[in-house]
Amino acid sequence: MLQAADIGLSYGDAPVLRGVGLDVARGDIVGILGPNGSGKTTLLRVLAGMLRPQAGRVLLDGRDVASIPRQLLARRLAVVPQEVHLAFDYTVLEIALMGRYPHLGAFELEGPSDVEIAREALEATGMLPFEHRAFDTLSGGEKQRVVIAAALAQLASDASRTRGPDDGAPGGSLLLLDEPTAALDLHYQIEVSGLIRRLNADRGMTMVLTTHDLNFAASVCHHLALLREGRVLAAGPVDQVLDAAAVEALYGVRADVQRHSGSGRLVVVPIGRVDPEVRRARQA
Amino acid sequence: MSFPLRRRVWLTFAGFGALAVAACVVAPLVGTTPVSLGRAFDRSIPFEANVDAQILFVARLPRTLAGAIVGAALAAAGVVLQALLRNPLASPFTLGVSAGAALGAMLAITFIPPLGLAGLPGVTVASFAGALGAVAVVYLLAGVRHRGLSTDVLLLAGVTLNAFLSALILLVQYFADFSQTVRTVRWLMGDLDVSSYLPIVAALPLLLVALVAFAWLPRALNLFALGAEHAAARGIDVPRAQRVAFFSASLVTGAAVSLGGPVGFVGIVVPHLVRLMVGADHRVVLPAATLFGAAFLVSCDVIARTVLAPMELPVGIITALIGGPFFLWLLLRQR
Repeated sequence: MLQAADIGLSYGDAPVLRGVGLDVARGDIVGILGPNGSGKTTLLRVLAGMLRPQAGRVLLDGRDVASIPRQLLARRLAVVPQEVHLAFDYTVLEIALMGRYPHLGAFELEGPSDVEIAREALEATGMLPFEHRAFDTLSGGEKQRVVIAAALAQLASDASRTRGPDDGAPGGSLLLLDEPTAALDLHYQIEVSGLIRRLNADRGMTMVLTTHDLNFAASVCHHLALLREGRVLAAGPVDQVLDAAAVEALYGVRADVQRHSGSGRLVVVPIGRVDPEVRRARQA
Repeated sequence: MSFPLRRRVWLTFAGFGALAVAACVVAPLVGTTPVSLGRAFDRSIPFEANVDAQILFVARLPRTLAGAIVGAALAAAGVVLQALLRNPLASPFTLGVSAGAALGAMLAITFIPPLGLAGLPGVTVASFAGALGAVAVVYLLAGVRHRGLSTDVLLLAGVTLNAFLSALILLVQYFADFSQTVRTVRWLMGDLDVSSYLPIVAALPLLLVALVAFAWLPRALNLFALGAEHAAARGIDVPRAQRVAFFSASLVTGAAVSLGGPVGFVGIVVPHLVRLMVGADHRVVLPAATLFGAAFLVSCDVIARTVLAPMELPVGIITALIGGPFFLWLLLRQR
């Protein structure tokens, strides 16, 4: 569904992404893993068409995302940023309704069907009881769920509003999440993980997320791409990619990677730091 | 806030529109000299002999209309700049945009003598050019950091730009002759002493162009509150929306300053009062602030005309006396 090939991008003289390729199939949950500064967020922004790479292309169903008009692209592809800070006091419902903007004409106001879609999206993330609350009064986890709801409202197609063959989401929709659990405590992490799995299972929603939390990645993703210093070290199904050698290569940390007997998921237990000299010798 | 939005928008236009119209109808009737409406509208008395009609149509009505336009324009510019820069303390006055417009107008008044203070549309155009120049400086500053300027940087930049432009204004004044100086000093205080309809007509084209932009902008302004990247991901052409916002804010500030001088604090007091009343959605806030701004400045001008009667104070003194403490309160509340 989404293919990136040979993506190269540098900020000034500093290369951030070097020949990165990524393949996202429909219904997949792909995790982009890597340490701070590895280029995860930059890659996500390139995938979203928010940033144009200096080399390579990103194709959505075979079409270059750079060539898709912004408003049409926004109906198929939504981004959930790491954190949202508001300049003014919007209510939860107002934030969710902002997801409907790509579906409106230049001077059009949201109609009843848009409100319905926004409220359904809030319902799906469990935030409907908060619809009239001021966004700034919510906790970090609640805010995250509201922003995800806005993204769901953005991707929902509206039967009462059809404007041509490009409208709606004929090829399925894509949700990109930047560090969805980075600012959350354990309770909210579990809640957001559950929400991500549910959206994927119930709606077949394709997702790409960045994270540096190995256990979170192992618990929600189907495929992983390991990113270090702007290059893909390995990519593939979680079971094949996530092992002790990968953790060491990514973070310079010795770790046990085991299968948890209860959940059947891989869990990563960090043991200690790897001597940088040993690490360099092994990489050589 | 209750929905549907369409009803809220119409209620806003109706409610705040009625307020603005009421202010504009009542204001001309208030003043040091009582005016008889019956006599003023009595067609049997020739206009030259009808003192009531003269006071109403020559002295008070243009002043009221100018007040409505200036108030509406500055309030709207405040809303747009605050949303654009993601900063509740932004306004034409605090960013130095009003000072830029004032400098442009001063240059036109002083160095294009045949036009004089009422000379048009030279002053209007120069005022707009000055506002645009100041906005360009803000634009460059804001462009340096895509995530928006921090409050500290923004305020410092505004203070600096204000001081710099004020020095240039003083320099221009230094070259002006004495009779001009008396009038321009008063004008610089923010004065609505407009005694003809000509400057109002001259400002209209700028305002009409800006109105179209204001109808198109609010959705982008809402998304800017979440951040420019967010707006881009929601299908907004961010650079274009930013240009339209900066340009329209310059247009209305230029028009306002050419009419009433750099009246202070309207662009910061009105948007915040309106947000307290109607919430944050710019599709409601922008029209509400525009209409409330008109009512607010017309009311302030009534106070300015009557509080020390028969003296008529420049309205800028009144708005600064109200706006200064309000601004400090906002600043302290932010921390």
